[in-house]
Amino acid sequence: MVKRLIVIAYLFLLVAWPLFLVGQNTFEGGLDNLRGIVEDPDVVHALRLSLMVAVIAVVINTVFGVGVSLLLVRYEFPGKRLLSALLDVPLSVSPVVVGLSLVLVYGGRDGWFGPALEGAGFQVVFATPGIVMATAFVALPLVIREVVPVLEEVGDEQEQAARSLGANAAQTFWRITLPAIKWGVTYGVVLSLARSLGEFGAVKVVSGNVLGETRTATLVVEEKYLNFDKGGAYAAAFLLALVAVAAIVVVSVLRPRDQS
Amino acid sequence: MSIEISNVSKRFGSFVALDDVSVSIPSGQLTALLGPSGGGKSTLLRIIAGLERADAGRVRIEGVDATGLPPQKRNVGFVFQHYAAFKHMSVRRNVAFGLEIRRRPKAEIRERVDELLRLVHLEQFGDRLPAQLSGGQRQRMALARALAVEPTVLLLDEPFGALDAKVRKELRDWLRRLHDEVHVTTVFVTHDQEEALEVADEIVVINDGRVEQIGTPDELYDAPANDFVMRFLGPVTQLGERLVRPHDLVIDTGEPGLDGVTGRVTRITRIGFEIRVEVTAGDQVVVVTLTRTRFRALDVQEGSTVNVRLAPEALAAALEA
Repeated sequence: MVKRLIVIAYLFLLVAWPLFLVGQNTFEGGLDNLRGIVEDPDVVHALRLSLMVAVIAVVINTVFGVGVSLLLVRYEFPGKRLLSALLDVPLSVSPVVVGLSLVLVYGGRDGWFGPALEGAGFQVVFATPGIVMATAFVALPLVIREVVPVLEEVGDEQEQAARSLGANAAQTFWRITLPAIKWGVTYGVVLSLARSLGEFGAVKVVSGNVLGETRTATLVVEEKYLNFDKGGAYAAAFLLALVAVAAIVVVSVLRPRDQS
Repeated sequence: MSIEISNVSKRFGSFVALDDVSVSIPSGQLTALLGPSGGGKSTLLRIIAGLERADAGRVRIEGVDATGLPPQKRNVGFVFQHYAAFKHMSVRRNVAFGLEIRRRPKAEIRERVDELLRLVHLEQFGDRLPAQLSGGQRQRMALARALAVEPTVLLLDEPFGALDAKVRKELRDWLRRLHDEVHVTTVFVTHDQEEALEVADEIVVINDGRVEQIGTPDELYDAPANDFVMRFLGPVTQLGERLVRPHDLVIDTGEPGLDGVTGRVTRITRIGFEIRVEVTAGDQVVVVTLTRTRFRALDVQEGSTVNVRLAPEALAAALEA
C-alpha cells in the first residue's frame, strides 16, 4: 500500500501534474490561446510539417524495423549481437549529437556527402529530408524493441507450417507472421509516432528553423516561449502532447488483455 | 518406393545429427522413425519436409528429386509436436489455408474443409479459435490441415508427445484407423517404442545419427540386429553372456541343468498381472517376468534357490533366427 502510494506520488509530481498545468495554462483565457495558434498560418504550417515528417519517419521506421526484427530473430549471422547493440545507439545518444552528425555528412556546403547531393538538386540539411532523417534516426529502435520480443515468443513453427502447406515467403509474412505480431507493430508505431512528433534537438540542428518553411511544432513552442508568448507556447505544447497521449491511450484500450 | 533417402548427412556446428543415412520408405504405409532424443530422427523428418537442408546426400519423393526444393514445392503435409496452429484463424480457416494458397474455388474449399472436419471429428468446432480447443483436438485440426492439400507424404514429428497418456493412446488408435482409411504414405517420429510397435507397419530405428535397423515391428522385436535395438524396443536382462527378454525366461526349483544359471531369489514385485522375480546368481541379477498363474504353481519365496533358463520356445526361435 505504502509502496503504491510512493509510486503514484512520484508519477504525479513528475508527469501528471506538470502535464496538467500545461493544459490548464492553455485554457487560462478560455479558447483564446488555442484560437491564436490555429489562426496563425505559420503555426499551422509548422503543425502540418511536424505531422508529415512524423508520418514519413514512422513509415520508414516500421518497414525497416519489422525487417530488422525478422533478421535479428529468425536468422543467425556473424555480427548479430553487435548489430543488436548498435540499434540502441539512437536512444542513448543525445538528439543534438544526432543533428550535428547529420550536418557533418549531408551539410550542403562542407558535408561529406552533401555538396554532391546538392549539386544533383537534392537539399537535405535545412530542408524537409533532413528533418525526416533526424526524426527517423532518433525513433529508430522503438518498433524493433516492441517487435523482437513478440517474434521470439510466437516462434517460427507457424511459419514453417505455412511453408509446408505451400505458402511462399511473402504469403507466409502477410498471412501468418504479420497477424501474429500486429500488436507489437502497432505499439511500436504509436511510440514512434509520439516520439517523432516531439523530437526537438536533432530537428533544431538540421532544420535551420526557417519560419513558415522548416520550423516544426516543437520549434514553435520554443520560439513562442522565448518571445514571452507563453499562452501560444502552452497551446502549441498542449496540441503536441494531446496527439501523443491520445495515440497511446487509444492503443492501450484496443489492445487485447491476453497479449501483453 | 515413395521416399528414397540416400547418403544424407547433417551437422549442427560440431554436433553430427545424421551420418550418411540411407533409407527407403515404402508407399502407402505407416512408417515410424524410432529412437532416443537427439538421435537424429526429427532432423531426418525435417530434411524430408525441406524445413532443414542436408549437408550432403539426396532425397527423392515419389521419384522426384526433392533435395533442392523449398518446402512449399514438395507437397508434403507436416504435423508438429506443438500443433503450430495458426492462432488468429478459426479452425475452418486453418484447415482451408493450404487450399486458399492454391487458389481453389471457394465452393470446393468449403466442401473439402467440411469433409476433413468430419474425418477428424471436429465438425462442430469449425468456428472456434485454436485456443478454445483441447490439445488432442488441436492436433486433429493440424492433421486435417496437413491432409487438406492432398500431400504425397504425411510427416508427423512426435505428434502425440505433448498430450497426456490417455489422449495419446486414443489418438494413436485413431491415427492407425485414419491411415487405414486414407492410405497416404505416412512417416512419424517417436521416441516411444510402444507407440511405434503398436501403430507402424514398418519401423526405422535411428540412434546417434545412424540407422540401426529397419523392419516390421515383429522383426525388430523378435530378431533385433544388435543390443541397442534389443534394449530400445523392450525390457531386457542379462543371462550369463546373453541379453534376453525377461518374459522369455523360465524358473524351476529342480536340479541345475546344463544351460541357464542357479541363484537365490532376492526380490519379488507384482506389477498388475505380472510378477517380476529378481534372481541373484554370483554378481549378476537376472530379472524374470512370469504370469501370476505360473508364479503360484512355482511356490517360491524370497531366499529360495532356483534355476533360470531360456524358455524352450524362445530357444527354438533364437536358433532359427
